Amino acid sequence: MRTTFINTLLELARMDDRVFVITPDLGFSVLEKFREEFPNRFLNVGIAEQNAVGVAAGLAMSGKVVYVYSIIPFVTMRCFEQIRVDVAYMNTNVRLVGVGAGLSYGPQGATHHSLEDIAIMRALPNMTVCCPGDPIEVKEIVTQSLDYEGPMYIRLGKNGEPVIHDEGTTFRIGQAIEVTQGNDAYLISTSNTLELADSWVKRMANQGVSVGLISVPTVKPLDREKIVRILLKGKPVSTLEEHSISGGLGTAVAEVIAESGQAVKFKRFALPDEYCHFVGDQHYLRDKLGLTFESFEQFIETSIDK
Amino acid sequence: MMQQTNIKKSIVYMTHYSKSSHVGTSLSIADILYTLYFKVLNVDPFNPECPERDKFILSKGHGSAALYATLAERGFFPKDFLDRYYVNGGLLPGHLDKFAAPGIELSTGSLGHGLSVGVGMSIANGSSGNPGQVYVLLGDGECNEGSVWEAVMLSATLRLSNITAIIDYNRLQGFGETNEVINQENMAARWTAFGWNAFEVNGHDTVELERVFRIKSDRPKVVIAHTVKGKGVSYMENRLEWHYKSPNEEQYKQAIAELDGLL
Repeated sequence: MRTTFINTLLELARMDDRVFVITPDLGFSVLEKFREEFPNRFLNVGIAEQNAVGVAAGLAMSGKVVYVYSIIPFVTMRCFEQIRVDVAYMNTNVRLVGVGAGLSYGPQGATHHSLEDIAIMRALPNMTVCCPGDPIEVKEIVTQSLDYEGPMYIRLGKNGEPVIHDEGTTFRIGQAIEVTQGNDAYLISTSNTLELADSWVKRMANQGVSVGLISVPTVKPLDREKIVRILLKGKPVSTLEEHSISGGLGTAVAEVIAESGQAVKFKRFALPDEYCHFVGDQHYLRDKLGLTFESFEQFIETSIDK
Repeated sequence: MMQQTNIKKSIVYMTHYSKSSHVGTSLSIADILYTLYFKVLNVDPFNPECPERDKFILSKGHGSAALYATLAERGFFPKDFLDRYYVNGGLLPGHLDKFAAPGIELSTGSLGHGLSVGVGMSIANGSSGNPGQVYVLLGDGECNEGSVWEAVMLSATLRLSNITAIIDYNRLQGFGETNEVINQENMAARWTAFGWNAFEVNGHDTVELERVFRIKSDRPKVVIAHTVKGKGVSYMENRLEWHYKSPNEEQYKQAIAELDGLL
């Protein structure tokens, strides 16, 4: 996702001189190409995230489209109040680009995990929250971000995520994508668990259970219409995300369900409301914290009408 | 002179009428704002969004009454807007909202934000050849915020020559004397150590203020303006409680009389 992000951004910057990149001293081996090609539109402000966001707001208020790039906890939480006041309240065209969704930086420890970011960004008025699930979604979102009005948070995974969607898949910011059609149940996924969700759905298909997969590249605004359309089918619905169970995609979908008047069986697959003290890589930690196919399989088996 | 007095009278009127706080801090900066808006800034009340204008950011957003009063006096909006400060159904909130009225460059109220945003504006102007200057007024207490120093370090590194910080150095903050809360001695030396050009002036001397604002600098410039909290109203001057209090009817009348030079 990182490589797709920077390559897409380079294309945009070649077309449009409003594009400006700020980093609080992160992005080594990612941002160099941008710095070399556009030295006057690249700024490393040093290890100072509050200032990075304030400076970005000042540039955006002067007509630039500003991308602030860092690791998620630093670009969303270290400077949250600057985001609230200078970016969201002022409705500026600042794009906060965070890498390391969920447990991507697993062995680095809990300071580098990103489990609360969707929740807190979703709480901000004016903020659009984009959580692409594969490189195709990244490219679409970053391309559209150039002329998108108002602040955006773009949650990236790391590098090397597989392409899930067919080449040529398009969607607008705010739209969910139906990846796989299903008859027995639905799984709604966002961000870096799209690959995992896809594998779960395929494994269920091998067992003769047809689970529809919906990818949600934009958690806010959420594609309520598409979700309600699923609810009307009355099948079990679940969500999957590498984020705290509090306040993320699962919460957002639960809110839609609660106000829809539809009764469906529903389960959120997410990370528990606790800090992770285990040591290990992303896949190890997913297993330790319960994001397992077995738990999903169990939910499906106990929920669908046989 | 008339306009300068009108700004101060408006501040006292607004804080009395709405029973709101921060009259002391507003009077502290009134002479600075008068100097900027009537002598220094290239701004046009009839074209407040002109891209080449100078920009002023009141980072210490709790001094909003002073900015509202100054903008009204300068003709950015009608003076009857001031009746709609800090009241139910009003227009002008206690802390600044850019979208509330013309001429307000930045929403502020949480301290330590203004200089960073000003630096962003300054970079944008510098890189596009825009002649607009950026002025950011901070409180001395506000300099407790770490984010201020992040912006100080960056602007010096970039040698931004089109930004001026102004410190309202009135030596009082919410809970006491600034030096008792967080030591602020050698303020000018602190900024120069980071690479700024520093100037110290009497923040109520408009001639001195104007002279210093007009000095060209090849690097960011800070004007440490020595001020008196509650300046111009005898019973408020240098009194901590007037950070939060609002003048009652009797106090209001006395303040207006003093500002008019009648007492």
